[in-house]
Amino acid sequence: MQQLEIKNLRVAIGENEIIRDLSLSVGLGEMHAVMGPNGSGKSTLAKVIAGHPDYKVTGGEVLMDGENLFELDPDERARKGLFLAFQYPSEVPGVTIANFLRAAMQARLPEGEELEATDYYAKLYEKMDLLEIDRSFTSRAVNEGFSGGEKKRCEILQMAMLDPRYAVLDETDSGLDIDALKVVASGVNSLRGPNLGVLLITHYQRLLNYIVPDFVHVMVHGRIVRSGGKELALELEEKGYDWIREHAGEPVAA
Amino acid sequence: MSHGTAVLEEVTQTPAVNSTVTSAPPEAAGDLPRWFQQQREQGWREFSALPNPSRKDQAWRFSNVDALDLSSYRFGNALSDHEHAEILERSAVLNGKSGRLIFANDQLLDRDALPESLRKAGVIFQPLERALIEHEDLVHKHFMAQPAVLGSAKFAALHRAQVRAGAFIYIPRAVELDLPIEIFHWLVDENAAVFPHLLLVADEMSKITVIEHFRSFNQTAPGFACGVNDLIAGRGATVKYICTQRWNENVTALQINATTVERDASAMSLNLHLGGSYSRFESLSRLVGEGARSDLLAVAVAHRKQEFDARTLQDHVSPHTASDLLYKNALDDRARTTFGGLIRVEPHAHFTDAYQKVRNLLLSDDAEANSMPGLEILADNVRCTHGATSGQIDEDELFYLRTRGIPIKTAQHLIVTGFLNEVVRRLDQPAIAAHLHRLIEEKFGNARG
Repeated sequence: MQQLEIKNLRVAIGENEIIRDLSLSVGLGEMHAVMGPNGSGKSTLAKVIAGHPDYKVTGGEVLMDGENLFELDPDERARKGLFLAFQYPSEVPGVTIANFLRAAMQARLPEGEELEATDYYAKLYEKMDLLEIDRSFTSRAVNEGFSGGEKKRCEILQMAMLDPRYAVLDETDSGLDIDALKVVASGVNSLRGPNLGVLLITHYQRLLNYIVPDFVHVMVHGRIVRSGGKELALELEEKGYDWIREHAGEPVAA
Repeated sequence: MSHGTAVLEEVTQTPAVNSTVTSAPPEAAGDLPRWFQQQREQGWREFSALPNPSRKDQAWRFSNVDALDLSSYRFGNALSDHEHAEILERSAVLNGKSGRLIFANDQLLDRDALPESLRKAGVIFQPLERALIEHEDLVHKHFMAQPAVLGSAKFAALHRAQVRAGAFIYIPRAVELDLPIEIFHWLVDENAAVFPHLLLVADEMSKITVIEHFRSFNQTAPGFACGVNDLIAGRGATVKYICTQRWNENVTALQINATTVERDASAMSLNLHLGGSYSRFESLSRLVGEGARSDLLAVAVAHRKQEFDARTLQDHVSPHTASDLLYKNALDDRARTTFGGLIRVEPHAHFTDAYQKVRNLLLSDDAEANSMPGLEILADNVRCTHGATSGQIDEDELFYLRTRGIPIKTAQHLIVTGFLNEVVRRLDQPAIAAHLHRLIEEKFGNARG
């Protein structure tokens, strides 16, 4: 029961089926990496789990601790403990990080209860220090004018503040130089523990040198074609995605 | 014939309670200067002679000119003790201020004089009526010296004829006010009309911030406001002007601004438009000295059937001048906004740097935003950009907030206030910005309640 369980999921945009009968379970305390080439449907998987309205679920379900996520609005899913770190986080002009996170935390409190400001800022500053984010960021508008690295750190900061049970990290390594990657990875690692399950979506093996997964799944053309331990990532790095495609009986890109 | 004249005189001397601000000429007031009396008479003649606005006129294109039927408005009644006390109580906004004037129904209710140090330094902050007597020359020199060129000449004339309340501010050379000056104008009873006036003269190298609050005592009583504010930033002066307009939503309002910016001076104005059924705002910025800069900021939050109508002119008269206009409107329900704005770069005003940006956020399919940006460039080597856009809340932005657990209504609210905050934060005045945020929040709160 204590897991994020994706069962026989099918997702389409219009007539185009992007996820085709995908099943995968992430238990609490586990770190799962999903690797795959561009266009395999990885980002779609992340957005569907979070509830993006553009995708049509045509089959299957996603259960979070036994509860069907497709019966919940995106914000309800989040309040019940789901988090998505975006590959391309939106800019929210004029809304400061401090106000944005305060609204998110306030939304988790029972009606009529006010967030305690001192505790809030103490926690915010602690997490910012951990992620080496300058405190002046609290008064900057969310993601506006941020570098790629700043955006990704800000995503992990939000994750650290919101204490999710299950987090989906979509290409959190993209656009990061090696120093930024290390900071982000150490932030994620610091949040690992028995009360967090993570689905780490990535194109490159590189990230997995810093965030070591318990399980690796390879996704091609909308389904998981192979699962294994962390050594699978290294094998994939060595042999390339065409090797997987051949084994999976999928057409190899020209 | 002589009989008729006698009747007319009788009416003039003791205006009937029922006479409206457009049916009876201004009363004679013997203690005011002769030139001022003449201006009132001249204003009345012009008002009577000029035609009503028509939508065929470019200056009134898209405007709801029917809103300008002024036949039912009259000067408001004297205030009851209860009204008086309540208005004073409700006229507390800023903790730190240099001085304050409170008017209601165009009557002076209360006055917080300037601290003695400022008075000794020669700063003047007086009700217009008193300044006309005590500082006649200064007032005469600047009083409504700029013609209303953006469509409301008729209503500027009416203002000239009927003005009886407002403030005169003069800041001498190199004097800086650390704290803002506050002015309140209240509309009280049904069908009352007010003519708020502000004349601000900031001498060389001086520095001042003024905030005006336009408010209704009663949340439904119809009324009419026809205000004029003239801001003059002398050489090297820094002038900030903020106006929070929240008449109730049955009030028809016109506000006519002229800002004159002299050499190396800088003027910044921010107008927050929240109230009124039909509210028109005309703003002229004249950059008359080299190195002058004017920032024109405005925010409108429009809902129900409200209409906000803004007309602007950034007039670059001298070389090396800069102006930057940023107007943002958030529109819900069936609300309408109109923006007509021109950047004019006059011959010889080379090296002008002018911006004009209008952003409309449409929260309803029935809301309507009209934008008419314009450029008229008669000089070489200038940089001018302008643009107007209208759009809805970005779906990806909304999704992003919702994935953080923020409910959809709160998320929309955050996005809209964020959109408007971009204007407010340019003020760089935290106490005033906080007040403006509160007013914006309050309007959204009312809409939901």
